[in-house]
Amino acid sequence: MRLDLDCRGLRCPAPIIALAKALPGVAVGDEIAVAATDVAARADTQAWCRMRGQEYLGEETAEDGTPVYRVRRLS
Amino acid sequence: MRLPSDPHAGYLDAASAEPLHPAAREALLAALDHGWADPRRLHGEARNARLILDNAREATAAALGVRREEVSFTSSGTDAVHRGVLGLLGARRRGSTLLHSAVEHSSVLHAADWATGVLDTRVASIPVDRSGRVALDELGGALRAGSGLHALALQSANHEVGTLQPVEAAAEVAPGVPLFMDACASMGRLPLPHGWSVAAGSAHKWGGPAGVGVLLVRKGSPWRNPYPVDDRVDERGSGFENIPATLAAAAALQAVVADRTETNKRQHALVARVREAVTVIPDVEVVGSPDDRLPHLVTFSCLYVDGEALVTRLAEKGFGVASGSACTASTLAPSHVLEAMGVLTHGNVRLSLTTTTTEDEVDRFLALLPGVVRDLRAEVGL
Repeated sequence: MRLDLDCRGLRCPAPIIALAKALPGVAVGDEIAVAATDVAARADTQAWCRMRGQEYLGEETAEDGTPVYRVRRLS
Repeated sequence: MRLPSDPHAGYLDAASAEPLHPAAREALLAALDHGWADPRRLHGEARNARLILDNAREATAAALGVRREEVSFTSSGTDAVHRGVLGLLGARRRGSTLLHSAVEHSSVLHAADWATGVLDTRVASIPVDRSGRVALDELGGALRAGSGLHALALQSANHEVGTLQPVEAAAEVAPGVPLFMDACASMGRLPLPHGWSVAAGSAHKWGGPAGVGVLLVRKGSPWRNPYPVDDRVDERGSGFENIPATLAAAAALQAVVADRTETNKRQHALVARVREAVTVIPDVEVVGSPDDRLPHLVTFSCLYVDGEALVTRLAEKGFGVASGSACTASTLAPSHVLEAMGVLTHGNVRLSLTTTTTEDEVDRFLALLPGVVRDLRAEVGL
């Protein structure tokens, strides 16, 4: 399962807050994908995963060119 | 002890600007009346001005442990950095390679960009570890991979997170490569490490006046003035010298160096206390090296907190701090330093103690910080 979060236009830390709020709603092993235009989200998604013990799966690009940061819930 | 009326109470941003040292103020006022003439002329007023300029140069050299003829005053720390970096590149040949750590000050990065366009310089960034320390093995790899002549830019200490860089070890990894050291964050506070060819400092960061930079050029280093020359006393700079300000900068530097053993011990302990206390707040990460660091500076990031809101809220409560978060920068880009370290870029606070910051001020800051962070998180529903 994958939950997509549309955080286009939101400034950090809003995309990370959205990610944190979405986490309890997905099962362990499932994925959350955050589409974010704020460039700070790249470093902050990875730092959040490290600090919260979740897995950072990498980055892909949405059809409109927006970076999408993929996270797997580990706990 | 500070009086309650101290205008600087709560100011914890010495890394942006240290308040003017009393010794600097005294020297500045005295020199304003005697150091205004053109030091190149031969009349009495000129000789007075020249004497003051020579004294400032001599005192700066002595305080830094370098030779008098290695010291030049520039119009700012940024100017010293630009001259320092570009002077090493221009003196090589077009198309040489500049290596720099990923966490250099933006003045170094801007000089590198400029060199790319004007001098056909190839620029390569060397990564850092989680603490912000440059990766020496990567530096060695980059030196082996590149061809032709190189120059290396490495700061003495990081201006945002305080981590000291292994300048001497880097010089050993890169023998024969001229090393530019941006020492703006540490000059006066710590002895200069060995291994550099050219170095830069900034007076307002040690309690001197703004508008005075220090450019150090080691005898025999391959440095050449990258800008149009000017017929001044010192051929490395340009423009009519601000002699009273250079004397004030030198006076502050002497005083800071004389007191630094005691100052550093006190500040190091206060910063250690901050590092310990903020870690207790949930989801707050202190970044930068815990031990191998500037004595007066600490940086931490608070998860889910907006950096601008945090700095503003702290200012309302009487504390002046800096932040590397994107929302606090004119560019709206996050700090390249925090990004390179792989740490959180939002909710960031940089706290840097002035020489007169008291234990009481630090304790008051630490007492109110957890509530400020809690309130800001509550406002976004966390």
